[in-house]
Amino acid sequence: MSSITELMPFVVLIPLIAGPVCALLPGRGLPWLLATLAMTTAFILSAMVLAAVFDGATLSYAFGNWAPPVGIEYRVDAANAFVALLITGVSAILLPWGKPLVDDEVPERQGSFYALVLIALAGLLGITLTGDVFNVFVFLEISSLATYGLIAHGRDRRALIAAFRYLIMGTVGATFLLIGIAVLYILTGSLNMVDIAERLPTAEGARALQVGLGFIVVGLAIKLALFPLHHWLPNAYTYAPSLISALIAATATKVALYVMLRFIFDVFGAAYSFAALPLAAALMALAIGSMFAGSWLAIMQSNLKRMLAYSSVAQVGYMVLGVSLTTLAGLSAAFLHLFNHGLMKAALFASAGLVAYRCGGLGMNDLRGIGRQMPWTLTAFALAGVSLVGLPPTAGFISKWYLLSAAVAADQLWLVGLILITSLMALIYIARVVEIAWMQPRPEGAPAVQEAHWTLLAPVWVLVAANFWFGIDTRLTVGGATRAAQALAGGVWP
Amino acid sequence: MTPFLAVLIPFLGAAVISLAANRPRLRDGLCFALPVPLFLTVVGVLVRRVGGDDAMEQTLVEWIPGVSLTLSAQPLGLIFALLASTLYIVATPYAIGYLRAGGYHHLTRFMACYAIALGATMGIAFAENLLTLYLFYEILSISTYPLVAHTGTEKARSGARTYLALLLVTSIGLMLPAIIWIGASAGTLSFTAGGILDDSVSPGAGALLLVVLLYGIGKAAIMPFHRWLPAAMVAPTPVSALLHAVAVVKAGVFSVLTVVLYIFGLEYTQSLLTQPLMLYIAVFTMLAASLVALRQDNLKARLAYSTVSQLAYIVTGALLATELAAIGGGLHMLMHGFGKITLFFCAGAIYVASGINTVSGMDGLARRMPLTMLAFFIGALCVIGLPPTGGFWSKWYLISGAWSTEQYLVVSAFVLSTLLNIGYLMPPVMRAFLRPPPDDEPARYRLSEAPALCLVPLLVTAAGTLVLFILADPAYRLLAMGIP
Repeated sequence: MSSITELMPFVVLIPLIAGPVCALLPGRGLPWLLATLAMTTAFILSAMVLAAVFDGATLSYAFGNWAPPVGIEYRVDAANAFVALLITGVSAILLPWGKPLVDDEVPERQGSFYALVLIALAGLLGITLTGDVFNVFVFLEISSLATYGLIAHGRDRRALIAAFRYLIMGTVGATFLLIGIAVLYILTGSLNMVDIAERLPTAEGARALQVGLGFIVVGLAIKLALFPLHHWLPNAYTYAPSLISALIAATATKVALYVMLRFIFDVFGAAYSFAALPLAAALMALAIGSMFAGSWLAIMQSNLKRMLAYSSVAQVGYMVLGVSLTTLAGLSAAFLHLFNHGLMKAALFASAGLVAYRCGGLGMNDLRGIGRQMPWTLTAFALAGVSLVGLPPTAGFISKWYLLSAAVAADQLWLVGLILITSLMALIYIARVVEIAWMQPRPEGAPAVQEAHWTLLAPVWVLVAANFWFGIDTRLTVGGATRAAQALAGGVWP
Repeated sequence: MTPFLAVLIPFLGAAVISLAANRPRLRDGLCFALPVPLFLTVVGVLVRRVGGDDAMEQTLVEWIPGVSLTLSAQPLGLIFALLASTLYIVATPYAIGYLRAGGYHHLTRFMACYAIALGATMGIAFAENLLTLYLFYEILSISTYPLVAHTGTEKARSGARTYLALLLVTSIGLMLPAIIWIGASAGTLSFTAGGILDDSVSPGAGALLLVVLLYGIGKAAIMPFHRWLPAAMVAPTPVSALLHAVAVVKAGVFSVLTVVLYIFGLEYTQSLLTQPLMLYIAVFTMLAASLVALRQDNLKARLAYSTVSQLAYIVTGALLATELAAIGGGLHMLMHGFGKITLFFCAGAIYVASGINTVSGMDGLARRMPLTMLAFFIGALCVIGLPPTGGFWSKWYLISGAWSTEQYLVVSAFVLSTLLNIGYLMPPVMRAFLRPPPDDEPARYRLSEAPALCLVPLLVTAAGTLVLFILADPAYRLLAMGIP
């Protein structure tokens, strides 16, 4: 146990240290190799960490040997180990996949590009593992700044505007978070999560605490792209380089949701949070808004990546909806969907990336008849789409099943209808792409498109296979999600 | 020889067929070979089950706490699996012959999806609980979509869209919530003799569940959710024949029978407030679809509406909620399967050989295609329910079941519908045999049957309907094992 505690910080440190080293490496091969190795190592480490905390243990590491309330503490339980596994796992699969695409889209100065990738991931992992609220802010800024830079690498000039818009929204969000953290510090004199939680009862009457909670939730809702604060997301996902779209779609919003839950449950305490503000009602309303607005806008899109981006907004809605049920089952469903959605969106964005790589455009017109020319890619897309719609035997079905069961158990039967309607909306936008790609002929005079190389296809199919594997063998996902929910809300919620 | 093997073989077959995409002869050989091991496995399971073995329950994985992915061999499922796997053997050469003669493309995709659909059908037939059934039910919906849209024309795509939309809207929107509801209140989803719902839900909830679940099983094509079946007729005829006369639609009525027998239970179904309502909706579907069929000139559309009507027979049989009618429903699944696939095979053969796809164009056709038209005649007799074909027995038991519950309205509806069957199935036969060809070209008198790969299967299935007239008793006894 002690050795794994010593190793746990390296999940963050390895990418954080490898990042600057990467920036110094010349050429195209070395930076990529280092980034891949770093993330693979981090993946193995986080799998070990999850195994160590799976039974409800908590790992705590004090940086520089400064004891917790004073120094920075990394504190890992099942909830953040589960999220860290998703981040490192998806990036370890996507980095090998992304190499030729990055060569194509970012031909020069790849050292700094991969450095930014590693730093962005290190930031996300830092937010996930830390037990210190100010540290959350620092890592949030680290990852956000790196992400702005990465999005601006997109080939389309509109990527610059997208990055700038994200920068403004992201900064607003981070500032809100900082204000909330400042309030916490003023009221308690501490920045350590556990310590704050212990001291807060003395300050519970304060109006300032309510305001602080409000700032933190809104600030993180921006990073989470919860409707109606989602405006930065579609452009950012659409114009970013393919690798970055896939990476941040699978990880960034998930981390924001996780850390929001950490604040609500561990720092403020669920009992206080849901009593001080009408949080359950607000989250439920926004979640339903996300589900419908996201699905509807996704149906309206004519660009594949943008469609997937709006679909992410809708999927975030499902997760938040699970939280807003205020039951342990709902929270488990939220964590489950957090993980599963990471898998399906990574697979979808990865196959969309291959289409963009081979065929150049991602408009619906470019996709006509592409299925026959890139059968493996488009089959992967269709299968991942089945998971997104939520049909058995995929991970998406398991998410839906638990979410629906939680809604039934919470006596919110009307939500069942809403969830199912938005699932059918997902069916519309996925089936449309499948039909265009497979059942329509190529446009006249369109150049023939080659199927991607098998080395590019293999990671995509690993992700697709994961979607099916976790749709049948649910021990890891459901077990992890249940324990994550238990770690956060055990004993507070029924 | 276990249920799992029967489910596995077609899926593996689909994978192997896909891998052989670049070697057409090898691929076609695999397609021909695939149904044989499947059929032998199903027969093996049947022999073991009838020989006194238990249900061979196999739990593949604990899927969701309390519900696992489990297969088992039950009598009703065995009948269904036997029907589908037998007809798969004859449908495969037919499909290859038809697609070659018709100049269709993308044979690999077609045959792979065909195999997956059969695997899903086996899964439905051998499902031990409602969630396992749902899993394969959805796989069946998805895997048949590429088959319906196969030609890729605007018409095919819009038909396939209707098809997929109606099937998935009903299954996701109604069936899934009903399953979750049942699971939450009964605590189990296993198919149990006598049902699992008696004590666990209020009578009102049970009545609502019956409606939601029956409409959720969109593949049973109860009006007003029947539109997908005529829409699916844009598919090449082998698809219409095996899938939309046998596998898919029978999966629907099989699910209805299973749900009524093993989730609700016969007695409980009878006590439900909505049972008469659903019964009359089924009866209405039966008559209305027949009336629509009368007015269809397109042969495949006529057969499609006839299928809607015949499916309603089986749903009616289930909803009468007596043993005799339920057995009649199970038998009709079998008999109608053989009869209707024969009719579709004939329709496809006629189209391939002469380009005719309307009833009005069939004048004098029997001179050119005597064997096909003879088979058509026998298939029609089976669907109508006349001896010496198997269809006679299933109608016999259905009507007896209705009689025994004193539902004389239903009895008369059965009789009336039989008359309507004659009304829409006999004109094509009479036109072909009795009328002269439209003009006196000598070419119209020359014998020109469809290719042998198409002709032999339809003769085999036509003969099958006659054999079933004699073999109805074993089928009855097998069904009686599962319906106490």
